[in-house]
Amino acid sequence: MATLNSNIPSGPLSQKWENHKFSSKLINPANKRKYKIIVVGAGLAGSSTSATLAELGYEVHNFVFHDSPRRAHSVAAQGGINAAKNYQNDGDSVHRLFYDTIKGGDYRAREANVHRLAEVSVNIIDQCAAQGVPFAREYGGLLDNRSFGGAQVSRTFYARGQTGQQLLLGAYSALNKMIGAGGVISHTHSEMLDLVVVNGHAKGIIVRDLQTGVIHRHSADAIVLATGGYGNVFNLSTYARGSNVTASWRAYKRGATFSNPCYTQIHPTCIPVSGEYQSKLTLMSESLRNDGRIWVPKRKEDAQKAPADIAESDRDYYLERMYSAFGNLAPRDVASRAAKTVCDEGRGIGSTGLGVYLDFAESIKRLGEDKVRERYGNLFSMYHEITNENAYTSPMRIYPAVHYTMGGLWVDYNLMSNLPGLFVLGEANFSDHGANRLGASALMQGLSDGYFVLPSTIATYLSTVKTGGRPGTAIGEFKEAEENVQGFIRRATSGKGSRTPDSFHKQLGKLMWEYCGMARNKAGLEKAIGLISDLREEYRTNLRVLGDSDNWNQQLEKAGRVGDFIELGELMCRDALMREESCGGHFREEYQYTAADSEVQQGIVNAGDVKRRDEQFAFVAAWEFPGSADKAPILNKEPLVYEEVEMGTRSYK
Amino acid sequence: MNLLLRLWRSSLGKKYVMALTGIALFGFVIGHLVGNLQVFGNPDLINTYAHFLKSKPGLIWGARIGLLLMVSLHFAAAVTLTLANRAARPIPYAGGSSPGSTWKSRHAMLSGLVILAFVVYHLLHYTALISGINGTGRDFSLLKTTLSGSNDVVPDVYAMMILGFKVWWVTAFYLIAQALLFLHLGHGLASMFQSLGLRNHTWWPRISAFARAASLVIFLGYASIPIAVLVGGMGSEYAQRALAQMSVKEAK
Amino acid sequence: MKVTLKVWRQKNAKAAGAFKTYTSPELNPNMSFLEMLDVLNEELSNRGEEPIAFDHDCREGICGTCALVINGTPHGPQKGVTTCQTYMRSFKDGDQLVIEPWRAGPFPIIKDLVCDRKSFDRIQQAGGFITVRTGSAPDANSLPVPKEDSDLAMDAAQCIGCGACVAACKNASAMLFVAAKVSHLGLMPQGQPERYRRVKAMVEQMDTEGFGACTVTGSCEAVCPKQISLDFIARLNRDYAVSLLK
Repeated sequence: MATLNSNIPSGPLSQKWENHKFSSKLINPANKRKYKIIVVGAGLAGSSTSATLAELGYEVHNFVFHDSPRRAHSVAAQGGINAAKNYQNDGDSVHRLFYDTIKGGDYRAREANVHRLAEVSVNIIDQCAAQGVPFAREYGGLLDNRSFGGAQVSRTFYARGQTGQQLLLGAYSALNKMIGAGGVISHTHSEMLDLVVVNGHAKGIIVRDLQTGVIHRHSADAIVLATGGYGNVFNLSTYARGSNVTASWRAYKRGATFSNPCYTQIHPTCIPVSGEYQSKLTLMSESLRNDGRIWVPKRKEDAQKAPADIAESDRDYYLERMYSAFGNLAPRDVASRAAKTVCDEGRGIGSTGLGVYLDFAESIKRLGEDKVRERYGNLFSMYHEITNENAYTSPMRIYPAVHYTMGGLWVDYNLMSNLPGLFVLGEANFSDHGANRLGASALMQGLSDGYFVLPSTIATYLSTVKTGGRPGTAIGEFKEAEENVQGFIRRATSGKGSRTPDSFHKQLGKLMWEYCGMARNKAGLEKAIGLISDLREEYRTNLRVLGDSDNWNQQLEKAGRVGDFIELGELMCRDALMREESCGGHFREEYQYTAADSEVQQGIVNAGDVKRRDEQFAFVAAWEFPGSADKAPILNKEPLVYEEVEMGTRSYK
Repeated sequence: MNLLLRLWRSSLGKKYVMALTGIALFGFVIGHLVGNLQVFGNPDLINTYAHFLKSKPGLIWGARIGLLLMVSLHFAAAVTLTLANRAARPIPYAGGSSPGSTWKSRHAMLSGLVILAFVVYHLLHYTALISGINGTGRDFSLLKTTLSGSNDVVPDVYAMMILGFKVWWVTAFYLIAQALLFLHLGHGLASMFQSLGLRNHTWWPRISAFARAASLVIFLGYASIPIAVLVGGMGSEYAQRALAQMSVKEAK
Repeated sequence: MKVTLKVWRQKNAKAAGAFKTYTSPELNPNMSFLEMLDVLNEELSNRGEEPIAFDHDCREGICGTCALVINGTPHGPQKGVTTCQTYMRSFKDGDQLVIEPWRAGPFPIIKDLVCDRKSFDRIQQAGGFITVRTGSAPDANSLPVPKEDSDLAMDAAQCIGCGACVAACKNASAMLFVAAKVSHLGLMPQGQPERYRRVKAMVEQMDTEGFGACTVTGSCEAVCPKQISLDFIARLNRDYAVSLLK
């Protein structure tokens, strides 16, 4: 069994972070430069932490598989970033942001981490504004805010519909500054393919140079993974095609535990699938729900009618009806499930019946088309490019799609995994969003981890590491890890087998969506585990990669990633099967409120809403690799102890 | 000195050189046109003007040296930039290139080179008065006249222009060069502002309109002269007389 | 619908490349251009032919990775979009499409249609930032920024660093890219202390990388997926001139 010590500092919740910073050991400036830190990934978390660690004086090496750190998928986040600035004077506070996030996560996040996130949120905005991020402003020159799902205050800062891009460019500019100054060595087109563990500590990585195919060994005093989420296990998602779980998964196979893999976020407002060839689902920002109204026809006979032909009285604005307090701004998991419900009732629109309308007619009438264009113009034109439809004149068609993964490698309060020396930031860790993430908080977490948390907490580990004690890369552990990587490449390119990595990925994605998507049940998950296990076996024997391994080879890159997704998919199903409750994005059909429940009768929740079972499942699942993919993974549990908040029924009515 | 070196070493610096010398050359083109258009008046008008210029060697040589310097810098910057620009794209596209651009913007180097060749010819034709190239078989340096109200014998520039443009291929070359100057300026006049950073979204349409209008006016102005001579028969009688007088001189 | 594709194939940076012609499988007009290549690649793989290497990632027009020249136009015929946002409905059944990589000395080919754009990063590393140490920032609202400036800065900041401007320019000039970066930071009050240092360093790096000069043909603006204006190049020219005089 793995040892899971969350290392939550003592003291009242609101003072934990301050106390921890004060009581943690510091490293003197002369010694900092003797420590070498590897950071894998350069999204918001990876870029910001690389830059900040280098500013502090550490020797930082940053690795990305992209051609440039600026390509990381943080770039695609549209809507905004939350911060408890209360610039709107609408009653926001650190405590309210903390509370909203805990509740939004359906009481499955770690309190202390979330509180720290809320505290640090205000510093993030300051930092980004100082870097020149062109946040939206009011005419007085001060920052503007918009509202986002799951909150009743306006605390979201934004830069048109490209907030992620602008924040990433800010972090990337900080990184560039330090690369230019020599503080960070940037390794681009370099994919991490294994983690090297020496005497139980993470001390190195094995990297493939994607241009030349050469395998390199790198050792360091600490390894930081900021490699993003694993939603591409579903094949079709809003993730970039290159997003993958490989770095995290290889760390898992070296002993890091993987937490809550079944917590995936299905975003309610994406453009529906149009055909078998589809490679990508496109998100329409949640910010659209500020002014757009979601509806389907009341009668299923009307589902195939043109929207203009359906009378106002025949439309069901179901979110407004079901969740009157939050209406169209209900949290993502709630809105997605509601869309699934109405489509399952046969009221879904579009040729596939898997779609609902997001309608701006009323906003256009109220605000004028120009105002709507100013707010969302880029999203409307994006919608037009993809669908060839004009959303100013007829409603958008949307449907939920996989968007984010709350699960990830287990970390303690210091963001260190159970493997000493291995730190995990941003979407790659599990810590802050529980079972559902609220809008505009992924950017907040990535930057909080990267700019403010890790650069401080990493010292608690490094202060225990002797300077100059870094292992050389010639030792057996590195050799074995490199051989592991080389072995896979040799097998994959041997010319045996007949199926492409893409065909495996598509098959896996369909299985995952069917059995481990928006709704899950015992029988389906058990079936999926069997099917995925068969797929894994076929992948082992029937994979075919064309081309050489000593050149750029995208199929080879893909092959490794798909192999990891197959194994991860199985673990996700096992996690979903184990978690016999519904919470946030994890909806087990067996555990939902029904008309018979008093909460439904009292009007707190609706029938069909998720039903948690706190007595049995108020814990973080941390899965441990059993040494072989053929054995069942080992479940470790970190109990979730709530000191401040009472685990209540999550109501948005 | 350091500033000049820094200017020359940077691609933007060379563009400033192009723009600034371009402004000077544009000024010359305007001045020269104003001078030339006097041909539409009494022959004495342009001959007096030419005589005035000739009688101020300081002014005329100052201007010539200045213009030579401007042309040289404009040319040198253009050539070095073009070579660097070509080197930046070692392999050309097979499926087409330069989307969304105009012919004149892509071929400013070509139009510039033709204009330069024309300028050289033009200098030999009317300034150095090399007789072998004017297509008439006559020596223009022998065309002299007396300005009314004085006894000074001065070169008969008016007659030279009329006789010169009577040769169809001279006029053709002249018109081709003017057409290319029209395109060159149509692009260059606007780009001048761009290179010097003197534009924004409100001013750009005005700058573009100015460039189009100015280049058109210059073209019409310059082209009107040979056309008036060759097609309109302007000054034919005067030129016949001048020729007759010249024959007398040649006979002597 | 079906199209004929003339595709640039090149094994690696050192090898010589050549065009190879393929007939696409049956296509759906709602496919994106890259999905069309996915389908073709699957077919090639199943025939045992090595798939065509092309760069792509987010497939929603924001990461700046995809980079194809389609019939001489970077990112294809439609204005204001990236290659991944180009849909087959932009073409006709039976069209012949020539597909090439970005071509510029500072963007060497890695393989087939993939080129290396690290030169852009080096330009940014030379000065494309505001020096602000983490933790040292004042309250975000302590420095008001006029909305007009902030909006204009955002227009420039939208640049996705794809390099289509370089690919389209007959001189392979990176001016629009550098101008966007310089303008974004130079328009914000936060960017003033380093304004002239920044422009000087970035322009020098741009020249060192071997990009051509701007001859104001406007091709860059015409193909820019974010429709970044030539106005910003004027701004760059202005700032650089001041930097030379400083």
